[in-house]
Amino acid sequence: MSVENDKILTEVTQNEYKYGFTTSIETELIPKGINEDVVRLISAKKEEPEWMLEFRLKAYRHWLTMKMPKWPHLKLPEIDFQDVIYYAAPRKKPKYDSIDEVDPELIDTFNRLGIPLDEQKHLAGVAVDAVMDSVSVKTTFRETLAELGIIFCSFSEAVKEHPDLVKKYMGSVVPYTDNFFATLNSAVFSDGSFCYIPKGVRCPMELSTYFRINAANTGQFERTLIVASDDSYVSYLEGCTAPMRDENQLHAAIVEIIAHDNAEVKYSTVQNWYPGDKNGKGGIYNFVTKRGICKGDNSKISWTQVETGSAITWKYPSCILKGNNTTSEFYSVAVTNNHQQADTGTKMIHIGKNSKSTIISKGISAGLSQNSYRGLVKVLKSADGARNFTQCDSMLLGDKCGAHTFPYLEIDNESAIIEHEATTSKIGEDQIFYCNQRGLDTENAIGLIINGYAKEVLNKLPMEFAVEAQKLLQISLEGSVG
Amino acid sequence: MLEIKNLHANIEGKEILKGIDLIVKPGEVHAIMGPNGSGKSTLASVLAGRDIFEVTDGSVSFLGKDILDLPPEDRARMGMFLGFQYPVEIPGVSMVNFMKAAINEHRKYNNLDPLSASDFLKLMREKKEIVEITSTLTNRSVNEGFSGGEKKKNEIFQMAMLDPKLAILDETDSGLDIDALRIVASGVNKLRTQHNATIVITHYQRLLDHIVPDFVHVLYKGRIVKSSGKELALELEEKGYEWIKEQY
Ligand SMILES: Nc1ncnc2c1ncn2[C@@H]1O[C@H](COP(=O)(O)OP(=O)(O)O)[C@@H](O)[C@H]1O
Ligand SMILES: [Mg+2]
Repeated sequence: MSVENDKILTEVTQNEYKYGFTTSIETELIPKGINEDVVRLISAKKEEPEWMLEFRLKAYRHWLTMKMPKWPHLKLPEIDFQDVIYYAAPRKKPKYDSIDEVDPELIDTFNRLGIPLDEQKHLAGVAVDAVMDSVSVKTTFRETLAELGIIFCSFSEAVKEHPDLVKKYMGSVVPYTDNFFATLNSAVFSDGSFCYIPKGVRCPMELSTYFRINAANTGQFERTLIVASDDSYVSYLEGCTAPMRDENQLHAAIVEIIAHDNAEVKYSTVQNWYPGDKNGKGGIYNFVTKRGICKGDNSKISWTQVETGSAITWKYPSCILKGNNTTSEFYSVAVTNNHQQADTGTKMIHIGKNSKSTIISKGISAGLSQNSYRGLVKVLKSADGARNFTQCDSMLLGDKCGAHTFPYLEIDNESAIIEHEATTSKIGEDQIFYCNQRGLDTENAIGLIINGYAKEVLNKLPMEFAVEAQKLLQISLEGSVG
Repeated sequence: MLEIKNLHANIEGKEILKGIDLIVKPGEVHAIMGPNGSGKSTLASVLAGRDIFEVTDGSVSFLGKDILDLPPEDRARMGMFLGFQYPVEIPGVSMVNFMKAAINEHRKYNNLDPLSASDFLKLMREKKEIVEITSTLTNRSVNEGFSGGEKKKNEIFQMAMLDPKLAILDETDSGLDIDALRIVASGVNKLRTQHNATIVITHYQRLLDHIVPDFVHVLYKGRIVKSSGKELALELEEKGYEWIKEQY
């Protein structure tokens, strides 16, 4: 790029984080820090059965033996886990039967985020579970879904109302011993969504969970569990935002997906946690464990993610392809700007015969950020005819940022066919000038080129999200080029 | 329409344009010829506002306005179009989206509302016919995987869509077979009016059989060394550039 462009590139980010407001709502907090009493307190607040508390305590005790992982390509700050508040809830009634009972401040908050909780006003065809801090605020369209036998509710409710399902599946994909952050989550998780699609049912609407961190100094630890029975289908969306705060906030979530015979689950995320300011102050630390299992034959799980937020992202939505003829896809766009760091990718574990996986990862780095793709493709001896295609592209805006790829292959079956393609590109001065010459200013040109670059992934998002995500990409890079 | 006075421009400290003077009036077609490396593309880029070139002296006025301080997008919106010698590929960006964005930026500049989807598609259809370009091209990403000839046709298609006051076509004929050349030239001719002007940069006389210029200029070593009527092109075709090189 020319000197001129370089200069423009350094005038990074006047970008305003649009969701940075806070809601003044009465919040119930528990004291800072973590110990067995805190774990018991959280469980008690949630009026949980004994088995749930046992699960938490087992996880907590295991966590004490663990250390934070050092392997990601991240500058990980020391996190003082005793300085975090592990439970925060809007003080009013934690669950509402009708919209009239919800605190107007809360309704207003979600309205401002474009998530109306009022079913009348809601986007046709999207059911929402809104989670603020540690508590699920409202789940829309429950009755409509219940008629089909679909369960869509908060995790806390599921623990009470569908204990057998929760007991059977919780921790079956991400065991409580899995990794430092997953184990911490298993001990202190607050709320999240639970979704169960019965045999043969095609869920007629998009299900979505919308996470919002509001309270200061708190961590958010939610858990999502999706079970798709034989021959069922569901498409699931997840969105997240947080206020702008100077201190860092911790987010450590778990998502587990189980797909039985012939079932298909599509999971899409638009992750837009507060990324911190342009000097790298504040922002969410996002340590997430997402994993699905294609348990039954011919089942399919696809992960699509658009990652624009968080100061630090550590996240590898993965899939265990256990059944025969199973399919998994991972489509990702990760944008980092300013001082953001992302270490993200996927793991595809092939166990079943003729299992197929596709990985399309598009990294975009700007400012002083670091963006890494880390992906594992593992083919076990049993996986005759396994196939993987990986395409891993990086785009750099400016020369002060970094892009890295760490592909790992562990292939134990000679019939496996594994393909890997990787590219690194820059937005060319000639491309920008070409757009300029057609009347587009540079900001628009970059937006257009970036969206073109990420198109393969954006196309996988449900319509309602795709437009939003396109705008988000452009906003996230605003100011990173003239 | 366009008035260039004593234009000097550098790239990386090296002077490429060494005092260009040129006046273009509405309705005129000017041909600029000259050996490789003379500065023809540089002149086109400088007029369009590419910032890798540094203007060190002189002035350029377009439609009565001094444009050297304007960013390239404003010059484009005023009605200056550059047909690139080497059109770039923009992967993943469909021609339709690209053109829609471009047209609407031009309209916004002229205080017009954005075109409706149906009007836009109608315009696309109309203009596609002029350059005999097929939907298989306009449905693809901008120039991605286009052959050399397709890229050039696509430039003329974009010119037709944007309806510029001044079109600068940089070697639009190079790499074209006879049929493509005829199509491109007839596209340019169809778009010609009393109110717009064209600068055709070319290496060969053959394009000028189809697009008949009012003036022919020879650019050599950063200067216009000879200007004349269309007969100059024939002379160059016959004698090559050697005699020019010897003289200057
Ligand atoms: N991007 C560039 N960087 C460095 N030198 C350049 C660049 N573009 C053109 N030049 C130089 O400018 C001179 C004129 O080039 P150009 O305008 O492309 O000539 P023409 O179009 O007449 O063939 C050549 O010496 C060329 O090497
Ligand atoms: Mg040239």
